[in-house]
Amino acid sequence: MSKAPGNPKVANLNDLLAVAYQIEIDAVDRYNLLADQMETHNNPELVKIFRDLARAEGIHGEEIRRLAGDFDVVAHAREIAKFKRSESPEEADLSSAHYLMTPWHALQLSLGGEERALAYFKSIVEATKDPKVKAMAAELVEEEAEHVNLVNRLLLRYPKPKDNWADDLDPPVSQE
Amino acid sequence: MSAIGKPPLACKPGDYKSAVKPIWCPGCGDYHVLMSFTRAFAQLKLPPEDVVVVSGIGCSSRIPAYTNCYGFHGVHGRSLALAAGLKVTRPDLTVVVASGDGDGYSIGGNHFLHACRRNIDMTYVVMDNHIYGMTKGQPSPTTEPEFDTALSPGGTGVRPFHPLVVALASGANFIARCFSGDPNETASVLAEAIKHPGFSFVEILSPCVTFRPDESAWKDMVHPAPVPETSDQGKAARRLMTDDGFNLGILYRGSRKPYQPPVGTTSIDLAELEKDFEL
Amino acid sequence: MGASPSISIAIVGSGGTGALTTGNFLFEAASSAGWLGVFTRTMGPQIRGGEAAALLRLAVEPVESLPDQFDLLIGIDWLNAHRFGAEIMVGPHSLVISDPRGGEPPPIVGQSGARVIEVPMKELAKTVPDGRSNMVALGIAAHLLGFTAEQLFAPVEKRLADKGTAAIEASRAAIKVGFDAAASLSFDKHLAPPKPITAQRWLLSGNEATALGAIRGGIRFAAAYPITPATEVLEWLAPSLVKVGGVLLQAEDELAAINMIIGASYGGTPSLTATSGPGLSLMIEALGLATSAEIPIVVVDVMRGGPSTGIPTKSEQGDLNIAIYGMHGDAPHLVLAPQSVADCLFTTQWATYLAEATQAPAIVLSDQYMGQARAAIERPADVAFIGKRSVAAEISGPYKRYAVAANGVSPMAIPGTRGGQYTADGLTHAENANPTSGAADHLKQLDKRRDKLDNFNYGDHWASVEGSGDLVVLTWGSLTTTAREAISRAAADGIKVRLVAPRLLAPVQPDQLQAALAGAKRILVVEQTHGAQFHRYLRAHYDLPAPVRVFNRPGPLPITAGEIHSAIAEWK
Repeated sequence: MSKAPGNPKVANLNDLLAVAYQIEIDAVDRYNLLADQMETHNNPELVKIFRDLARAEGIHGEEIRRLAGDFDVVAHAREIAKFKRSESPEEADLSSAHYLMTPWHALQLSLGGEERALAYFKSIVEATKDPKVKAMAAELVEEEAEHVNLVNRLLLRYPKPKDNWADDLDPPVSQE
Repeated sequence: MSAIGKPPLACKPGDYKSAVKPIWCPGCGDYHVLMSFTRAFAQLKLPPEDVVVVSGIGCSSRIPAYTNCYGFHGVHGRSLALAAGLKVTRPDLTVVVASGDGDGYSIGGNHFLHACRRNIDMTYVVMDNHIYGMTKGQPSPTTEPEFDTALSPGGTGVRPFHPLVVALASGANFIARCFSGDPNETASVLAEAIKHPGFSFVEILSPCVTFRPDESAWKDMVHPAPVPETSDQGKAARRLMTDDGFNLGILYRGSRKPYQPPVGTTSIDLAELEKDFEL
Repeated sequence: MGASPSISIAIVGSGGTGALTTGNFLFEAASSAGWLGVFTRTMGPQIRGGEAAALLRLAVEPVESLPDQFDLLIGIDWLNAHRFGAEIMVGPHSLVISDPRGGEPPPIVGQSGARVIEVPMKELAKTVPDGRSNMVALGIAAHLLGFTAEQLFAPVEKRLADKGTAAIEASRAAIKVGFDAAASLSFDKHLAPPKPITAQRWLLSGNEATALGAIRGGIRFAAAYPITPATEVLEWLAPSLVKVGGVLLQAEDELAAINMIIGASYGGTPSLTATSGPGLSLMIEALGLATSAEIPIVVVDVMRGGPSTGIPTKSEQGDLNIAIYGMHGDAPHLVLAPQSVADCLFTTQWATYLAEATQAPAIVLSDQYMGQARAAIERPADVAFIGKRSVAAEISGPYKRYAVAANGVSPMAIPGTRGGQYTADGLTHAENANPTSGAADHLKQLDKRRDKLDNFNYGDHWASVEGSGDLVVLTWGSLTTTAREAISRAAADGIKVRLVAPRLLAPVQPDQLQAALAGAKRILVVEQTHGAQFHRYLRAHYDLPAPVRVFNRPGPLPITAGEIHSAIAEWK
């Protein structure tokens, strides 16, 4: 196996903030990447949704930086916040993207990410002995819970697509 | 022309991405592979101008232009040869070769054998999706024999190629398998592969969302290899011959000295060469 | 009677008798004495022990072509010598020395009217301990040609230095035996005295000259896959490149070799490989890649009999088509052809220079005849053509690898140069190297790659244009020296003939050829192909302003000066 760490060890408040920050930043990158993919593949509705999601995560990231105060949470995150397998908990799973994906799919992706983040911070609340970490993690749990609710409300606007949502009458094209 | 004397850059993965937007299908595993590349380069703090990504033809071979490094998108199947000529004349560069199961194991098969045999210091990454994606879904040397396609209705009936076994038998100095769905782990393995001297071979299982939607099951089929890496060729051979195709991790790490053909360190007067002919 | 400007000798033997070694010693002795000339060989297909003939021409002036008939033919034995056919042609004025125990001379000997004298070389060799019949033959040849026995001892001693004094003694004794035996023979041809040696003399093959020319031109990387008759280029380069700070890598096949040199050149090192027809066929795809990605490389093709596996040990000029037209798509590139053993050096050097200057691949069409012939020549002058590539060294701002500029050549960023990162590609690309399928970009880059070659000033080296006269002999490659000889024979008959032989075959030079052919009333195209490839090439790209006759014949037999002379004389 490689020498990459397992899910990052959160030993103190700074670690927690760094990890939380990285989760948001990874999500920003991922949503922007998905937006780029949708742009290249001519799905403008999804471009807007993913850009909006990216912006939202960016705001969350900035909030965490403010919470961190003078501490260089960005550098610390680069050091310790390496997640294995299925990426960062909040991260959208790139492999479930599709060029014909609908807003419902995008929100499902986002929902999955938020729920995983929620579960992750909950697990820290349960596991930690550090009161400061516990307090901050509890705050983050509340934040994530709000995000989950927000996504669920958005989902009310977009019905689940029909079974033939991925039908494309045009055949694939060979480029080379 | 090397990194000597240049101010070091604080390298983030983003520094290694170019502005070109990939044409890979959304859902393609290669997006994660690109992520692994940029993270590995950042981890090693390699100046982008000192890295060359060499590729052949196929979806995976599109990757050089998506990086901010030097790149060569050559002809089908010959990337290892091109990289060999480049590396022996420019040992100062970090050379990463990107290929797929068609480009690398089919038309590129012969060069694969000799690249492993030569053991020039470079890293060979094959994005294996068990299909020819670029040309719309023909079987590749790693496709299951029963997989139905237009070119081979009912399946090829031909046993798939075992690239890791071939690599070991031919002399590769580092053999690993990764899964695109775990980019951080893949990035770590890639960094190890690049650091390891000699020919490092990393197969990355990278599902094809368009022609192999069944490969979405791969994320549940891959698993860390049940035994630690080995430097014993016999152990590695037994392990790889019984490999299920989904064992992940660094499987073999050898200690062969990397090959560098004799390069002249002095330069004689050309007139000396002419003495051969003088009467 | 009287002194002759040139004499030709053929020595035939088989099964390890050493006929080729004998020819080589004779050639070296003559060269040391100041004569010029050429030494080639012809052999059966066996790896060892086959029938072999050493073919020499010694002369006062530089010559490279073989004669129509040999003045002296020595048969150490005649086993399977009939296979050589007209390659060892003799005539009524020739002398044939035959060993009575060596089998029957081939039919051409009897039919030719040549004088045949029997000398028992094998028996004579036995009179000396460890005597060998080829050394006896050497002694005979030396006497007949007017050498002293001592003149032959020097090259023999050099070659046998590591075999010990007994071997050297045995050879000297056998040479002496043959020398004395020839005393009773009459041979009325004598070489005119050699000119005083004013310049350094060299003895080398076309393949060796090619390799040295490459190094002189700046080549510092070679990828090698062996193939007859090109392997010697690579074998000479292997130690030589290392001595000048370069490197050679053996490839697993020609597909690897061509891609290796592209990789090395992309990394900034002028690079070369050498092959023959079958290898060039394999390399065509990658040559297209180098053309599209604008990577300079040099590929030497030492042409042999084709098509397909063909006749690997014989010469022909049949790779012209694939060299010029082989790539798919429109892919202008450089094609050059040396005209003699010495010219192999210049042309390969010049090709390297041109490839680097224009960032294009250059194919150098040598052939088996020049490649494997050894010639005694004057040391070729140093010329100033050394590859110098336009390189983007300091880059500020976005870098456009394929920016269209005045002369069509855009500076290349070498890996390691900060800010110059680009991906070289065979895909059609825009100025910034990104792949594109747009019409404007495609056209722009096609124009760029064509114009950079068309606008380059190649100077006078593009062709040999010599003499004046209504009749023009239009030829190329190794036939240039043969034609030159035919023309001087015609001049002796009072016929004035012009010689035009392009060295640069692609890109075509229509204005220059028009000037060279101005005033021509008859054009004789001479080439060694079955399909008249050169003639069709000329028709496709040039105006031929006068009636044309085509003298084309495929290999394996060389076209001789005599045949060209006859064709000239017949066309009034």
